Amino acid sequence: MSTSTEQHEQEHGMSDAGYIKIALILAAITALEVSTYYVDFGPLFMPSLMIMMVVKFVMVVSYFMHLKFDSRIFSFMFYTGLGLALFVYITALATFKFFIS
Amino acid sequence: MAETATHTADHASEHGHETSTGLSNNKLAMWLFLGSECLLFGGLISTYMLYRGRVSDGPHPMAIFDIPFTSVSSFVLLMSSLTMVLAVTAAQRGDDSRTNLWLTITAVLGATFVGGQVYEFTAFIREGLGFSTSLFGSSFYTLTGFHGIHVSVGVLMLLSTVGIIRKNKITGNKAEVVEIVGLYWHFVDVVWIIIFTLVYLIPS
Repeated sequence: MSTSTEQHEQEHGMSDAGYIKIALILAAITALEVSTYYVDFGPLFMPSLMIMMVVKFVMVVSYFMHLKFDSRIFSFMFYTGLGLALFVYITALATFKFFIS
Repeated sequence: MAETATHTADHASEHGHETSTGLSNNKLAMWLFLGSECLLFGGLISTYMLYRGRVSDGPHPMAIFDIPFTSVSSFVLLMSSLTMVLAVTAAQRGDDSRTNLWLTITAVLGATFVGGQVYEFTAFIREGLGFSTSLFGSSFYTLTGFHGIHVSVGVLMLLSTVGIIRKNKITGNKAEVVEIVGLYWHFVDVVWIIIFTLVYLIPS
């Protein structure tokens, strides 16, 4: 039974306990994010929020969505869409900013 | 013994797909769909970022946002991702009753989130922020509304999955069906991770 569970973990990623640990880390990061609303982080406010957002995003996508353990084709499909979206919209927002200035 | 045989058969079908890529076409299609969804939400988020400071009439964003309430909603949605992944692992073990239990809990958490969003929208409208009050209002309701619709569709998908598992109507790989529904659900969660930070926590 335990061999079957170990084999299952190797094939599909993590154990239930592993996923619970990831969820606890995500909850802790969320608490930290919310704390930035009440505590003055000064110049670190924006960078810290952005870093925490990206860390949470990558953790959910890598572990909960199994991209870390799955075929790279899936990662390519998802990150290509994400990268394209980031490129197009950052360019669009920068263009608006440019014309307003 | 029979359960082990079914489990082995599931694994064989999952890891040895008879496709040109050797991967599940259904899963590939879902990832392709999620990639395209990035473009949809990218457009909505950047529109909001562009217009969030344009408050010609009605309340200002930071005057109406209830951060403690939204933080609890975010936490609920985040935990629904955990229950979803537990449903996927249960499905991969071939444990139908646990799969249904975790899927139902995920649906309840998702419905709680949607309920919170409806409450939030009602409170905002009462405070004078309508859909056409300002560019901020339009872009805010469009972005969060689209996300809310996605969560609602996710809840329906979860409940439908529970129904078809109970009636034993899945002819293919059951674990893969649950995993594909899970991919959609986690995507809805990661979009909210971005919305929560950019819309609620960063002042305009």
